Parts: sequence; C-alpha cells; structure tokens
Amino acid sequence: MEILMAILAGILFTTGIYNLLQKQLLRIIIGTGLISHGAHLFILTMGELKRGAPPILTEGVETYTDPLPQALILTSIVISFGVTSLLLVLAYRAAQVNGTDNMEQMRGNDYE
Amino acid sequence: MSNLIALPIILPLIFGILVAFIPKKRKLSRTLSQVFTIIQLLVVGYVFLHVLQNGPLILETGGWAAPYGIIIVGDLLAITLVLTTNIIAAAAIFYAPQSLSKQQEEFYFYSFFFLLIAGVSGAFMTGDLFNLFVFFEVLLMASYGLIVLGNGKVQLRESIKYVLINLFSSMLFVTTIAFLYSVVGTVNMAQIAVRVQEVEQQGILTTIGIMFFFVFATKAAVFPLYYWLPRPYISPNPVVSALFGALLTKVGIYSILRTFTLMFNQDVQLTHTLFIYLAAFTMLFGVIGAMSTNNIKLVVAYNIIPAVGFMLMGIGIFTETSISGTIYYLVHDMIIKAALFLLVGIIAYVAGTSDLRKMGGLIHHYPVLGWFFFVASLVLAGIPPFSGFIGKLLLLQGGLAQDEIMIVIVALLSSLLILFSMIRIFIRGFWGEKTENPHPERKPAASKMVWPAGVLLAMSITLGIGAEWFYPTISNISEYIMDPQIYIDSVLKE
Repeated sequence: MEILMAILAGILFTTGIYNLLQKQLLRIIIGTGLISHGAHLFILTMGELKRGAPPILTEGVETYTDPLPQALILTSIVISFGVTSLLLVLAYRAAQVNGTDNMEQMRGNDYE
Repeated sequence: MSNLIALPIILPLIFGILVAFIPKKRKLSRTLSQVFTIIQLLVVGYVFLHVLQNGPLILETGGWAAPYGIIIVGDLLAITLVLTTNIIAAAAIFYAPQSLSKQQEEFYFYSFFFLLIAGVSGAFMTGDLFNLFVFFEVLLMASYGLIVLGNGKVQLRESIKYVLINLFSSMLFVTTIAFLYSVVGTVNMAQIAVRVQEVEQQGILTTIGIMFFFVFATKAAVFPLYYWLPRPYISPNPVVSALFGALLTKVGIYSILRTFTLMFNQDVQLTHTLFIYLAAFTMLFGVIGAMSTNNIKLVVAYNIIPAVGFMLMGIGIFTETSISGTIYYLVHDMIIKAALFLLVGIIAYVAGTSDLRKMGGLIHHYPVLGWFFFVASLVLAGIPPFSGFIGKLLLLQGGLAQDEIMIVIVALLSSLLILFSMIRIFIRGFWGEKTENPHPERKPAASKMVWPAGVLLAMSITLGIGAEWFYPTISNISEYIMDPQIYIDSVLKE
C-alpha cells in the first residue's frame, strides 16, 4: 500500500512541477496546489499505513492509526490553504495591473 | 520562571493583534507600536540577562515532557539572536513613520510588523522541527503582507515570484519532515539527535540532511538558490527591505547551523565539504551581482548573498573557532544590513532616484548621512576597528587552521570586492560638484530617518571595539553548539 501511495505522490509532484514551469499564472498556481497535495499524501504515507481504528479512544480497541501525521497534515493543509488564497488574489491583482498573466511578459528592468 | 522564555513570542503576537484594531488612527497606532517595541526590547533584554547568568531556559508547553509536547528552547544562541532581532525592530519602528505612505500605515503595516517579529523569534527558539515549519510560515505570511503593501506594479510582480518560491520550498520542507519522521519516528530536535545515532543506514539520513539543506538554503539564498532574492527585496518600502534583509535570510542560516550541528553531524566529510564549495560560489556570485548594477538598493540586496556565504563557510569548516566566527558574523550582519538598507532608503528618497548615474554631490546637503554611509560601508567590508573584522578574522583563522586555503583566498577577495561595490556608491553618490538639492522639502524627514540607522551603526561599532567583552559569550555559545550532548541532556531530562 505504501508503494502505491508513494507512486501516487510522485505523480502529483511531477505534474505539479510541470505546471510550475508553465508560462500562464493560473497553471502555476494549480501546480502549487498539486505539489501541496503530494506533500500531504507523503506525510500520511510516511507515518506507515497500518490498519487500525481511527485515533479516538474507544473501549475494546487495541490498535489505532498513528495520530501525529494526521495532526501535522491538518496544520499543513490550513497553512497551504491560506497561502493559496493569498496567491490567487495576488495573481488576480497582478494580472489586472500588469495587463497580462504571462510570466514571460512580467519581466521588468532596473529603473522603473 | 521558565515561562519567561515564551514572552519574546507572545508579546509581539499580542501587540500585533492590539494594533490591528486601530488601523485608521495613524498617530495612535504609531505611538503605541513604538511604546510596545520598547517594552518588548526591555523584556527580551531581561530574558537575555537571565539566560546569560542562569543557563538555558526550557519551556515544556502545556506541561508535557520533552519528546511528547512542543518545547521552546531559549539557549544563549537563540536568545542572542532574538535580542538582535528586537534591536533591529526598534530601529525600524522609529524609521517607519517617515518612510511609509499614509495608505501603507493604514493598511496594517504595524500588525504585519509585529507578526513578523513573532515569527522570527519563534523560529529562533523552537525545539521542534514541525513547529519550526509553522513559525517559518508565520514569518513568511507576515512578509507576504509586507512585500505587497503599497500595491505598485513592480511590487505585485515581484511578490508573486517571492510567494511562489517560498511556497514551493515550504512544501518541500514538509515533505522532508515526513521523510525524517518515517526514519526516526519523532519531530523533536533533541530526540532526533539521539535517534540519528542509532539508525543503521546512515545513507538515508545524509539524503534527508541534504534535502533540509536545500530547503534552508532556498530561504537563506545560498548559491545556486539565490536567484529569487535581489529583486523582491528592493521592491517594497525601505523599512520593509531592512527587516527582510536583516532577518529572513538569517533565519535560514540559523536553521542550517542548528540542523547540521545538532542532528546531521554524522557524515561531516560529505555535507560540510559541500558547504565550503557552495560558500565560495555564494560569495563570488554575490559580489559579482553587487558590482554589476547601478541601482543602489540592488547593490545592498546583492551584498546579502556574500554575507550568507561567509556564515556558511564557518559552518562548513566546523571547528570551534569558525563556528564562533559564524555566530559573531551573524549578529554583526543582521545589524549592519538593517542599517545599510535604512541608509540606502534615505539616499534614494533624498536623491529622488536609486540610479547611481543620476546622483552626485549629496555630501554638501547631507553630511551626516554621507559619513554614516561611509562608516557602514567600512563595517560591512570588515575594516579593523569595526565589527565585520572580528567575525571575518575568526572565520579566516578557522579556515587556515583546517588548511582550507582556497576558501580563505576567496573570502579575502570577496571582502575587497564588497568594499569596492559599497564605496562606489559613496564616491558616485556623495562626491562631486555641489549641485542644487533635488528635493529640498525632503530634508526634515531625512534627518529624522537617519538616527535609527545611526543607532544601529553605533551598536555595530561597539560590537567591534568591545570585541573583548563579547568574545567570551560568543565562544561559550560555540562550545555549546559543538557539543550537542549538552542540548540533548538539557531538553530530555531523564
């Protein structure tokens, strides 16, 4: 199971990086989204995917899944959510002000 | 008593929230922020003295013992850097009112400012890798707010690059923490340091170590990952540039220092040799950048990079002398970079341009500014009575003792070129025929702005002249850093 998940996360990273290297701003943001999905999937996988009950104390249950990675992912999701929403607004404003969403044309010179 | 150590993080957080309630009352929020920053500085100073006399303060948050809860470790290194951060913050807050526009002040500059300080202090003092990530995000989020504040065309464009590169490296940081968690099963730094010794396959740990280095090197702008730094750093307001230039890259360097002295010191041969090579390239490419441009702000921004190279060189050489050189240089560089960015901000403001070819003869109108800038350039280059000299001397001594001749030569050469790039601004900008003052109405504000930079400059001169007072503390810190067992024992009390 871990191998499958690792391959999946790898694919997410590949497509994410491919999108990061595009010229269109929105594609780049989609790329960051894919990369953060990949990273979160990695955290989940790295805590080992043992079979067990959800980490809520219940009587008569012997094995639980590892609760720490879940807490880490939850933190990380919220953070990347915040950054992504900021990035979307920023991209919207930048495309409006600069009149383009093409990263190639968003170059500048020293003295403006 | 150990709750004292949480104050440098909690105070700015509270202050940041308080000033967020009164964004439109500019006078009030200005005065409040200045008072708050002074209170903060005094409190941190007290905590520093306490740590200096009684040894590290360790706070187990929520009363959970070390490997299970989050811990805050206020050892001498961390608290020294936090104190330096607060000194810079105090200078910046007195510079800010003259430098910011009405709109920038009204749109939560002071809140972002305090949150940035909270994030930086937290990153310096945390004892937990995932918590370090969270504090990185706290300070980065505040910096995103600050970098785009003002909403100019250039700012929007540059901040997109800045946010993207930081988002990518943060995601990589999380992935690396996941890898490390799967190998050692913990995110507490002290326990990682213990477990790392017990892991049988050291190769995987070296790989993870290099990945951590990649993440922190992106934050710290080490060659070849410095490409994002210069432009975004000069596009916001000068006071924001000063905070960024002084604090953000230094957090990256501090993380490299902590990670590779505490946790990943098992394959020194490989990692630290890599550091020395990268340090050499960082210095060279940084000074080449600094000499290649006529934009005065860009010259200072490029000068951040060789300084990072110097500190990395000390970590790479990895002896007690070179580590104390790194720490000395770290403190010195934080102060002087802030002072330089503030001064260059004033120069660009009074000249009405940041193009070196369009200015000249400023010394006739602004003698104090001119001589401050001159002294700051000498401090940066490491001329003997000033603080840059001691740090570089220790680094070079460490290098020579380990027979790393090449890096010593590169360091000396790049010091020369740093001096050249800075003095060029002084000669072209301040010397020359007396011309009419381009913006006479800007003189009163400029004379108010010059004093915060002057205080920082005085601080760095004291740091150089009083090296004998400071050196014992610095060498204590480096002894402590070189023996990770002390850190481990003080955190995991068993």
